[in-house]
Amino acid sequence: MQGTASPIDRSSTIVVAENLVKRFGGFTALNDINLTVAKGEKIVLCGPSGSGKSTLIRCINHIERHDGGRIIVDGVELTDRMADINGVRSEVGMVFQSFNLFPHLSVVENCMLAPMKVRGLSRPEARERAMGLLRKVRIQGQADKYPAQLSGGQQQRVAIARALCMQPKIMLFDEPTSALDPEMVKEVLDTMVQLAADGITMVCVTHEMGFAREVADRVVFMDQGSIVEDGDPETFFRAPRTERAKGFLNQIIH
Amino acid sequence: MLGVLFEQTADGQRYIDWLLSGLGWTLALAFFGWWIAFAVGVVVGIGRTVQNRVVAALARLYVEIFRNIPVLVQMFLWYFVLPEILPTSLGDAIKQIPPPWGSFFPALLCLGLYTAARIAEQVRAGIEALPKGQTEAASALGLGGYLSYRHVIVPQALRLIVPSLTSEVMGIYKNTSVAMTIGLMELTAQARQISEATFQTFTAFGAATLIYLALALIAYQSMMLIDRAVRIPGSTPAKDAIEPTLADDVQPGTALPHGMEVVK
Repeated sequence: MQGTASPIDRSSTIVVAENLVKRFGGFTALNDINLTVAKGEKIVLCGPSGSGKSTLIRCINHIERHDGGRIIVDGVELTDRMADINGVRSEVGMVFQSFNLFPHLSVVENCMLAPMKVRGLSRPEARERAMGLLRKVRIQGQADKYPAQLSGGQQQRVAIARALCMQPKIMLFDEPTSALDPEMVKEVLDTMVQLAADGITMVCVTHEMGFAREVADRVVFMDQGSIVEDGDPETFFRAPRTERAKGFLNQIIH
Repeated sequence: MLGVLFEQTADGQRYIDWLLSGLGWTLALAFFGWWIAFAVGVVVGIGRTVQNRVVAALARLYVEIFRNIPVLVQMFLWYFVLPEILPTSLGDAIKQIPPPWGSFFPALLCLGLYTAARIAEQVRAGIEALPKGQTEAASALGLGGYLSYRHVIVPQALRLIVPSLTSEVMGIYKNTSVAMTIGLMELTAQARQISEATFQTFTAFGAATLIYLALALIAYQSMMLIDRAVRIPGSTPAKDAIEPTLADDVQPGTALPHGMEVVK
């Protein structure tokens, strides 16, 4: 499954970050980041912990507010004063490390909430869409259970389906397998590989280098808040240019 | 011993009828006061947690004022002081309200708004106990502030605080006895009247005590039923949350009640 099913459309970009800066107090989490995500592109963000990868994708849907530079998502620049941040966010799906399913709603209700309340779908429409996507992540049999009754891997697949129910233009994954028991990592990665094959634009923070190799069009390596390398996975894994990337790869591949 | 309760009073009733009439006022005050307290408490509690600083400050001010003035003083403020500081015509109109309503409404407001301040703090604690990921997930889906609170935050926070709301339910009906100070003939006032009429102090207040205890039991059991009815399937019961040995085995973020331990 090398490469992607649908071509990357370089002419249309979904995310443009220009000179992006984010500080937490005196700590600079993102330092002058420039990144462009084209439609259909699959990007894997990696790097040591504290390198700013999660902060970067959290800036893409404005869960984290940037302090400098610009970030444009789906043609709209994100600012603190913008009125319609929810309009942008509804086009950006996000999957979290800790799933963050709504525990008081059943699996299918988790998937129906935002389509009904934000997109204005009727209950039957939302349910139909939710069931379709739950089938896609192969968890339709658990639709009426509650999140706490599912395994971690199942919860994360529900979280993916929940994000997909909004039919987002881009999917962000923030270390989606890091909180999982080892035996559950594969089922989530398989789901993500399948999504990639469908041609969804993805930005994925992960340490799963097998996944990066198989799915990514680009691997972006970050360290200390900066993008250190940005290139195709073959080159990155075979011949990293910088010492920092070499050191990182040595550490995680053992 | 309780025989005196069934003796005839001067007005042709039995003393037990006085008690039951008092019980009626106590229940009415507690019941309607509770709904005022719950409605205002949830709104103010949410107000404590919103980002808008003016709203948060007003909510804080409300809580500090109503929670920190003794109920008895608040009762007097509503009953004696409020009509005096209002425009004369309005104040006079309030003073004209016939008994027992002239006492009932100030007592209702007093207990409702006092308990609301306490509930607001529970609601705030419940909201703050939720994992930050819940708000983030709601935001990431495009749910704005109102929709997040309405469908994600508040439903979970209220479930978390059912055990502490139980003590507020029990608190409001006990505080109804303060209403006798402004002339409402509720249960305690009737007990005192019986004791004055019969000199059977022990019997009169003993009967009232038993009734209060029965009410406490009913309130407690009802809240347990509510707790069970709204519990999220698959989550640990709230009482397990205070047993760390059990909590250790549960993944963080999956079982809701554990958030309660995080909060101060």
